[in-house]
Amino acid sequence: MHFFAIQRVMGLLLVLFSTTLLPPIGVSFFYHDGAAEAFSGAYFVTLATGLVLWLPVRRQRRELRVREGFVIVTLFWALLALFGAVPFFIANRPYMIFTDAFFESISGLTTTGATILTGIDELPESIRYYRQQLQWLGGMGIVVLAVAVMPMLGVGGMQLYRAETPGPTRDNKLTPRITETAKALWYIYLGLTVACAGAYWVSGMTLFDAIGHSFSTIAIGGFSTHDRSFGYFDNAAVDWVAVIFMLAAGMNFALHFHSWNSRSFKPYLIDAEVSVYLRIVLTVAVISVIALIVMGTYGGWTGALRHGVFQAVSIATTTGFVTSGFDWWPLFLPALLIMASFVGGCAGSTAGGMKVIRALLLFKQGKREIFRLVHPDALMPIKVGGKPTSDQVLSAVWGFFSLYVLSFAVLSLAISATGVDFLTGFSAVAACLNNLGPGLGQVAQTYADLPIAAKWILSLAMLMGRLELFTLIVLMSRTFWRG
Amino acid sequence: MKIIILGGGQVGTSVAENLVTEDNDITVVDTDAGRLQELQDKLDLRTVVGNGAFPEILRQAGGEDADMILAVTNSDEANMTACQVAYTLFHTPTKIARIRSAEYLSHPEIFAQDAIPVDVIISPEQLVADYIERLIEYPSALQVLDFAGGLVELVAIKAYHGGPLVGHELSALRDHLPGIDTRVAAIYRGDRAIMPEGDTVIEADDEVFFIAAKKHIRAVMSELRRLEKPGKRVMLAGGGNIGRRLALELERRNFLVKMIESDAARARQVADELQKTIVLLGNAADEDLLMKEGIEDIDTFCAVTNDDEANILGAMLAKRLGARRVMSLIKSPAYVDLVQSGANIDIAISPQQATIGSLLTHVRRGDVVAVHALRRGAAEAIEAVAHGDTTSSRVCGRAIENIKLPPGTTIGAIVRKKKVIICHHDTVIQPNDHVIMFLVDKKYIPEVERLFQVEYQFV
Repeated sequence: MHFFAIQRVMGLLLVLFSTTLLPPIGVSFFYHDGAAEAFSGAYFVTLATGLVLWLPVRRQRRELRVREGFVIVTLFWALLALFGAVPFFIANRPYMIFTDAFFESISGLTTTGATILTGIDELPESIRYYRQQLQWLGGMGIVVLAVAVMPMLGVGGMQLYRAETPGPTRDNKLTPRITETAKALWYIYLGLTVACAGAYWVSGMTLFDAIGHSFSTIAIGGFSTHDRSFGYFDNAAVDWVAVIFMLAAGMNFALHFHSWNSRSFKPYLIDAEVSVYLRIVLTVAVISVIALIVMGTYGGWTGALRHGVFQAVSIATTTGFVTSGFDWWPLFLPALLIMASFVGGCAGSTAGGMKVIRALLLFKQGKREIFRLVHPDALMPIKVGGKPTSDQVLSAVWGFFSLYVLSFAVLSLAISATGVDFLTGFSAVAACLNNLGPGLGQVAQTYADLPIAAKWILSLAMLMGRLELFTLIVLMSRTFWRG
Repeated sequence: MKIIILGGGQVGTSVAENLVTEDNDITVVDTDAGRLQELQDKLDLRTVVGNGAFPEILRQAGGEDADMILAVTNSDEANMTACQVAYTLFHTPTKIARIRSAEYLSHPEIFAQDAIPVDVIISPEQLVADYIERLIEYPSALQVLDFAGGLVELVAIKAYHGGPLVGHELSALRDHLPGIDTRVAAIYRGDRAIMPEGDTVIEADDEVFFIAAKKHIRAVMSELRRLEKPGKRVMLAGGGNIGRRLALELERRNFLVKMIESDAARARQVADELQKTIVLLGNAADEDLLMKEGIEDIDTFCAVTNDDEANILGAMLAKRLGARRVMSLIKSPAYVDLVQSGANIDIAISPQQATIGSLLTHVRRGDVVAVHALRRGAAEAIEAVAHGDTTSSRVCGRAIENIKLPPGTTIGAIVRKKKVIICHHDTVIQPNDHVIMFLVDKKYIPEVERLFQVEYQFV
C-alpha cells in the first residue's frame, strides 16, 4: 500500500474541495445572510488541512494500483463528507450537533437527500445553496466514479461495463484516457444542469430555486431549498420538467455522451438497460396513478396523474423529491415505491439502488432456471441486448445481490436495536442504502428525531450504497490488507 | 474450358467430378499428395502438389492459359491470395473463391477488381443452408430452386393419392386453378423421365417438376397432394456452419428451432450467437434426449452434422419417434442412393448438388444466370438470357414452338422486366428475356448453349 501516494491524492482533493466553499461565501455576501464567516472558516480549515497533507508528500508520484483505488474512493467520500460538514457545524443558523452536520453532509454528497433540517425556508440563503451544491458535487463525483472508476475496480459485475456491454457502450471508457473521459462527462453533466435550470426558471421558479433544484435533480439527490420540496411550488409545469430531467439523469451518462457525439437518439434506442429502466418506471407510474384514481386520493384523475407520475419517477430513480408526500398514500403504494427504489436507475448514472442492469441480469437468471426445468440439456447463455454475458459477471452480480440483501438485513436490525420502530427503521435503511432520501413513518420528512446511533448507522448505509458495497467492504476484509 | 481447382477437399473433389465429365480440362492443386493420387486414380484430370497461391505452382498448373481459377481451399486468406496472384500474373478471366468468414463477406468492396480481384464468391455452407431453408418452407417439396432472383421457382414434388389432380390429365390443371399459370417441366416415374404433354396423366408417386411464380407455388402444390401446413417446429442436429446459418435464417422467419450439438464448446459458441434457438448439448442419436425435447411434435427434423452415418441414423431415429418429416445431409453418393431406395428418410440432401449449380453457372457458355443440378446431376435447370435479334439469335423473336429445342428440353418460363410469363407454345421470346429451361438429359447442354449464343453475320 502506497500510503504517501494516497495522502498526496487526499491532500490535493481537500485543496480542490476548499475552493467549492467560495461560491457559498459569494452567495452569502449577495444576500447579506450572515453565514459568510461559517463558510470562510470552513474554507481555511479545509485548505489548511489539505496543504498539510499534500505539501510533505507532493513529490510522491507513484503509480496507483487497483488496491489503492479502493482506499482512495472510500476515503474520498468519507473525507469530503467530514469537511463538508464543517460549515453546518460552525454556522449559527442552523444550529447542528456534529452528528447531524455529518449526516446532512454525507446525505448531500452521496446524493441521498435525507435531511435533518426543518424550517429550511428560513435558513440563510448560502446554507440553502450549499446543500444543493453538495449534492451537485456528489453527483459529479458519482458519474466519474460510476462510468470511469468502478468498471476499473470491477465491482459487483460492473466490469460488464468495461468490456462486455453491448451496443454503444461496449467500451465504456468513452475516451482512451481517464482524464479525458472525466472531462467529457463533466461537460455533459454541466450541460444537463444548465438545461434543467433554464427549464425550471422558464416554468416559474425563481433563479435561486431553479439553480438549486437543477443541482439536486441532475445529481438524483433530492435536497430542496424548501421544506415542502416540490409541493412548495404547486406548479404542474415545474413537476413535469422535473420528471423529464430525473429520467434523463437516471440513464447511463455514457449514453448521453454517445448520443451527443453522434447527434442522434440511436444510442438510447439500442441500449437494453435503458429500455428496461423506462419500462420499470412506467409500470410503477401506471400502477400508482391507477391506484390513486381508484382510491380517489386526489379527487380527480388530473391530480392523480400529476402526483402519481412525479412521485413514481422521483422514488424509482431514487431522487426523493416529493410533491405532497407518498408515505400517507393508500394501500400498497408506499411499499411499492420503496421497493422500486431498490432497483434504482441505470449503471453509470447518478441514481442509487442496485441498478437496472443487475436487476435485469438477476431476472434473466431466474427465467433461465425455469427454462432449464423444461429443457435440462439446453444451453442458455444470459444475454443483454443479444450479447452473451460471462459467468464471471453473473456470479459477481449474484455476490452483489446477496451482499446487498445481507447489508440491508443487518443494518435494519442494527437500527431497530437503537429503539426505532420497525416501519421507520426498515424504510430509513432502504432510503439510505438506495440513496433515496425520504422514508416512511418517522422519517418521511426529516431524520432529526432519530437517535444519534441510528444516524451514524444510516450514514454508513448511505456510503455503502453509494460505493456499491464492495468498495467499502473490501477494506474490512483481511485479504485486502494482507495480500 | 481450362479450369484450375485449388484445394482437393470435399468441395474441390465434387466440383472436379462434375466438371470433368463435361469436356473440361481440370487441374487440381493441393498440398496433400495422397489425396491428389486418389483423385487422379478416379478421374481424368491433372494434379499438382503444392501451395496454390504460389506463382510457380500456379504456372505449373497451367495458370498462363487457364480460363477459370476456382479457389476452394479451407482458408479464406489462401483463396483470396491465389485469386490475386492469378489475376496479377496471368490475367485469369474468371476467378472464383470460397470465402466463409462473415467478417470478409460483410465488406464486398474489398473484392473489387483493383483490390482483391475475386469475380465470384461462393460459400458452400450458405448455399446448403439456403437450400434446406427453402425445403423447410415448403413441407411437401423434394426440391425447391430459385430463378430470376426468387421470382420464379422450380419445385419437385411427389404426387400422392388424394391430390385433386392425381389420375387426371395435365390439361385439367388449368381448369382446376383458374388465374394461376404453371407449367409442368418434367415428370419422373420410377427413374424414367416423361416429357409432359397436355394428355399426360399424373399417377401417384410420380415426381413432378413444375415451374411457377413464387406466389403461386403453394396453390399448385395443393393440386398434387393434400397440402401440409408449414410446420413451425424445427429440430436441427448439428451446430456446425450449416446448422448455425440455417438456425439464423429460420429464427428470422419465426420458426421455433431446437438444435442439438454434441461438442460443448461449439454448443456454447452457437448458443451465444443465436437469439431464440434452444441449443441442446447432446447426441442426435440419443433417444432419451429426443423424447425429452418432444420429437413427436417436431415438424421437420434435419440432420446436418459433418458425419454421414450420424445424420442418417439420427434422421431415421427421429422418424421412428414421430417427427413428421426428416431430412439428412449426406455427402457420400453411395449413401444417397442407399437412403433413397429404402431408408425411412424423406429427403436426402446432397451438399454437392446444392453447391455445384452456382459453379456451373460460370462454366456454361452463353449468358447463363443460374444453373441447378437435379436428379443427382443427371438433369439440369438453366436460366439463360436471350440476346440479339431475329437474324442473329436462334431464340429471339421466335415462338416457343418454332425453336429447335434438343430432345428432353422444355422452356418453362420467361422473366421479362421482373414479370413472370409462364410459357405456352405460342409465347414469343424477346431480347433480354430470362429463359428458364429444364433439361432431362445433361448431354444436350452444349446444344442449348449454342442456342443462346449470338451469331455474328459478316456482310
